[in-house]
Amino acid sequence: MNAVVKLEEVHKIYHSGEVDVHAVRGVSLEIHRGEFVAFMGASGSGKSTMMNILGCLDRPTKGRYLLDGVDVSGLNRNQLADMRNQKLGFVFQSFNLLSRTSALENVELPLFYSHKHLTSREVKERGEHVLKIVGLSERADHHPSQLSGGQQQRVAIARALINNPEVLFADEATGNLDSKTSMEIMGVFQKLNEQGITIVMVTHELDIAMYTKRNIIMRDGRVLSDELVPKRLNAEEELNKLVLAEKAVQLAP
Amino acid sequence: MRLDNTFKISFRALRRNKMRSLLTALGIIFGVAAVIAMVGIGNGARSQIQAQIASLGENVILVFAGNWSPGGVKSGWGGAGTLTVQDAEAIKNEISRVIAVSPEIRSGAQLIAGNANWYTNNLLGESEDYFDIRQWPVAQGAGFSDENVRNAGKVAVIGQTIAKQLYGDENPLGKIMRIKNAPFIVIGVLAPKGPNLGGQDQDDIVVIPYTSAMKRITGRTTLNSMVVQVGKESDLNPAEVQVISLLQQRHKIVPPKEDDFTVRNQEEIAKVATASTDVMRALLGATASVSLLVGGIGIMNIMLVSVTERTREIGIRIAVGAHGKDILLQFLIEAATLSSTGGTIGILLGIGAAKAMSYYKQWPSLISLDSVVIAFLFSAAVGIFFGFYPARKASQLDPIEALRYE
Repeated sequence: MNAVVKLEEVHKIYHSGEVDVHAVRGVSLEIHRGEFVAFMGASGSGKSTMMNILGCLDRPTKGRYLLDGVDVSGLNRNQLADMRNQKLGFVFQSFNLLSRTSALENVELPLFYSHKHLTSREVKERGEHVLKIVGLSERADHHPSQLSGGQQQRVAIARALINNPEVLFADEATGNLDSKTSMEIMGVFQKLNEQGITIVMVTHELDIAMYTKRNIIMRDGRVLSDELVPKRLNAEEELNKLVLAEKAVQLAP
Repeated sequence: MRLDNTFKISFRALRRNKMRSLLTALGIIFGVAAVIAMVGIGNGARSQIQAQIASLGENVILVFAGNWSPGGVKSGWGGAGTLTVQDAEAIKNEISRVIAVSPEIRSGAQLIAGNANWYTNNLLGESEDYFDIRQWPVAQGAGFSDENVRNAGKVAVIGQTIAKQLYGDENPLGKIMRIKNAPFIVIGVLAPKGPNLGGQDQDDIVVIPYTSAMKRITGRTTLNSMVVQVGKESDLNPAEVQVISLLQQRHKIVPPKEDDFTVRNQEEIAKVATASTDVMRALLGATASVSLLVGGIGIMNIMLVSVTERTREIGIRIAVGAHGKDILLQFLIEAATLSSTGGTIGILLGIGAAKAMSYYKQWPSLISLDSVVIAFLFSAAVGIFFGFYPARKASQLDPIEALRYE
């Protein structure tokens, strides 16, 4: 199987003032098509830096990063922007939607910067299609302020999907959501993954990581452990259990 | 990335902040309006002066007795008694570029007609060509003839003011008018000219043959001045040189002796007269340009605030694939749209203001197409110039930091 993501001895050193911060110290790993990976670790473990490098927002100081067979470690700013646009999708902790802009327009945003020449009708069709995937067709013309947190995150997921990315990156995507909504979002991710989309996420919540297929735990810029999730949770089932439990609480005298 | 998308994004951003966009554009609106109105009024004043100078006559050279030089007044214009009728005839006969000459006697005189009387400062003795030279048509009756001039005829052509003062609603033609007790017959009434720029009434005028003025009114034998007309504008300067050398020869003037006459052609008079309005125009334009500059700084200010405020938005755009160039362009287009829209509104407002001032204050205004085009291009350029720094700042943001910005 082809590796979508391949890291070879990747280092990242930040120069802040006098001190050099060695955030990532030689990470090598492969992520294959169809995987669902969670990077975990305490703050300062280097998982966010890893995420920035994997997401082509930042370049490794040393080592090679092959994304879909292309070495991106030597690309310039604009080339990286094109990689992000064409091959990657992003979901952030704080949603990062454009305010006072409808959900549909938010979703269409990456297409504005695409090299594909789409007509405005094609753009609209694709926007509506991905909104349907995340179950928000009826709210296409709502502004972010008119949507709940979970709905906003769904819009962000739809935006990440619009260019049919090779990999979907989620940086603490459930960090700002309550546990029930988190489950819903994980359910969306699981469904997308079942359809064959590769997902890489960063989280510090163990229970969230239990919905993925593979957990990579980092410490001090190195990979501490990298194992498959033994008893993977199904978000839909868990959600049903939670709903039943809530009902039981209400029924109890 | 396509340009029309960037335009779309910029317009959306401006629409989202309607109030702010309007306030930002206000600086430019008033700046441009001020420029348009001020330059329009400056141009109006200039063209009015030019019209006044054109009313002196077509292709005219004025010759005054006495030397009037910037160094100091030697004698009042025309008061020196150095110009003679023979000088005028010599100019007419010996200089081929000259097509007409009117010897000129100027004085003031008490006029009496029946019970009415009037004092005019503008009793002019002229030749029969005077009305053609000054392109001043006789509205009623006719001008006098060369025969009237030869015979020192007692005929007069009067201006509208005199006609009204002496004869009221009656027809003045054929009536007797006493000029310093000498009876003259009114044979013509000049078309109205209105006040000149100095506010003097040009219709307060009596024109009689110069011979009559010399013999019957002033008793003088010399001329105050003469009006010389040449065939075409390009003849003005060569003819002026010829007039000077002819008069020097006739008056036996050899340098270093100074001329005892002064020659001015219409172009020189125009130059002097428009110089002051040019200064006024430049001052008005400069003042207005400062306000345009202030408007531009206002745009830069708001664009900088906008970039800071929208750091996160910029981060999102870069994260999903925008190049620095796309961001730069987006903010430049926003600034240029603000300023050129403001410029367009300002142009309309400025034209309105100039028209209003013409209407209420009777100041002439003249909006030229170039000033409109220049104002528009300049306002767009102001937007691009002052928008560039904020736009560049936005385009160089680091996406990771921009996304973390609170």
